[in-house]
Amino acid sequence: MNALIHGVLLGGEYALIACGLSLAFGVMRLVNIAHGDLAVCGAYLVVFLGLPVAYALPLVLPIAFGIGWLLNITLFERALKAGDLAPVLVTFGLSVVIQNLLTEGATANPRTLDGGAISLAEVGGVSVLRIIAFAVAVSVLGGLQLGLSYTGFGRRVRATADDVDTARLVGIRVRPLFAAVAGIAVATAALAGVFLGLLGTVDPYTGGLTLIFAFEAVVIGGLGSLWGTLAGGIVIGLTQQLAGLWSVKFAVLAVHLVFLAVLTFRPRGLFA
Amino acid sequence: MKFLALITVVLAGVPFYAGPAWERPLIDLLTLAAMASLWNLLAGFAGLASFGQQAYLGIGAYALFATGLDPLVGVPVAAVAAGLAAVPASVPLLRLSGGHFAVATWVLAEIARLTVSMATGNTGVALPAAHEPLLRQAITYWWALAVAAGAVGGILLLSRGRYGLAARAVAGDAVAAAASGVKVTWTRRVAYCLAATGTGAVGAVLFADALYVQPSSIFNVQYSVSMMFMVLIGGIRTVEGPLLGALIFFGLQRALAGYGPWYLILLGVIAILMTLFLPRGIIGKVGRPWKSRAGRSYSVRWPLWPAARRRSKDRGPRAREPS
Repeated sequence: MNALIHGVLLGGEYALIACGLSLAFGVMRLVNIAHGDLAVCGAYLVVFLGLPVAYALPLVLPIAFGIGWLLNITLFERALKAGDLAPVLVTFGLSVVIQNLLTEGATANPRTLDGGAISLAEVGGVSVLRIIAFAVAVSVLGGLQLGLSYTGFGRRVRATADDVDTARLVGIRVRPLFAAVAGIAVATAALAGVFLGLLGTVDPYTGGLTLIFAFEAVVIGGLGSLWGTLAGGIVIGLTQQLAGLWSVKFAVLAVHLVFLAVLTFRPRGLFA
Repeated sequence: MKFLALITVVLAGVPFYAGPAWERPLIDLLTLAAMASLWNLLAGFAGLASFGQQAYLGIGAYALFATGLDPLVGVPVAAVAAGLAAVPASVPLLRLSGGHFAVATWVLAEIARLTVSMATGNTGVALPAAHEPLLRQAITYWWALAVAAGAVGGILLLSRGRYGLAARAVAGDAVAAAASGVKVTWTRRVAYCLAATGTGAVGAVLFADALYVQPSSIFNVQYSVSMMFMVLIGGIRTVEGPLLGALIFFGLQRALAGYGPWYLILLGVIAILMTLFLPRGIIGKVGRPWKSRAGRSYSVRWPLWPAARRRSKDRGPRAREPS
């Protein structure tokens, strides 16, 4: 029972990392290989700021949004114009650069963020921080979904995702729109990264596995659906916890195998 | 092709006239050249960037260990094992393309790594040395040369024939290729399985060279970073590009490996800049300095009028003459 609860809560964390990946792919057709590393950067940003997490977050999110915006106008935009392969290669290069810059600037030692008194609180054997992380994940995903459905900005994003050329034709300014989407994607990643640091440890190379898990959540949930991504994240969290009951070594492998099974037998995702 | 054969013959004699001191660096260089060429077969010719080729390096190495064969006969067996593993793996993978394919291959490499380390432990395995050291190193060297020459020669032959035409069409625009009757998935599957076979052979050579292999090192994604770097800097979609890339990478490795993270940051930055600003690499920029088959020794960079562009024989992969 405890494993089930933990699995669902962990799934929220994965979904929070994955939603930015899902959004960037859905709108810009960009698979950002550096997404996991950008999440890890969020945790390191808190470390560098040296403030308590609650005070650092209001600074980290706008900075991350700005970084996403800048990355888009400097790299992603050019890469997306340069063919199918270029975005993959450029973001992979970016991932290598980020990992090694972090190693250079903050050593390869694993770090953990101090959440203060709340990180020790528990309700019925479940850490309050995990429940908060889950609540944040659900509200971010819900907020994104609502924002995309009901605001003017969301309508423009959906129109552009559907057909860039026609969107341009009806007067949508695609460049700032894409930059804003990239900014939101990086900001959600940074938020997820801060929770990664609060709930466990991060080191400069955590980004690779983070990306893989986020990607698996997106594919298991079905491409292009944010609620699907949440469900995919929960499937991964549950698999990891249940397989971990049997053997801790098997937990990560089980997640990969579930992903492979979904890709083989239900390539459109479990919930699409 | 003749040039390649000549180089191969000259290099094959190295153990006789140059001695073991030359073999060591050449083994490194030849395995790099083979890995880069095979990655280019997948990314350049079939349009599929993979971050999971280390899976086949590992499968090749561990196949050599599991069969317990002497490397003298074991390298082809390891290659076949890797090729056979790639056939079922290609079924779910080839439903994807672009970034999704890249990450999914990475997941597959992680599956292979975790499976192998559950079966044999994290500490790695050693290969019993079957011959006296001098002969052993010469055998390893000849295999490295054979794998590299086989990969480059095979890709050269493939790229000239009907398959090369289909593969280039797929890499250029998969939808348009399918519309013109090219079997896209089949073309990609052939490239994927052949690249896996060759990469498996490289894995076995690396193991035979080091006599020791560890899951966390052979299945490391760093290998894919290196392959991508070599191909991008040399020139993707050309046969010579990855070879030039391997030379440059080999030099950089020797010169800068001591700088640790900064060296890798430099590789990443170069890969990004090459993709964005010099997408056809150094070969694509400077053309081929040696005399090409078409008799043109340089490429026309700023033609007087556009028609000259189309006539220029030496502008990248499209303009290769059939032999």
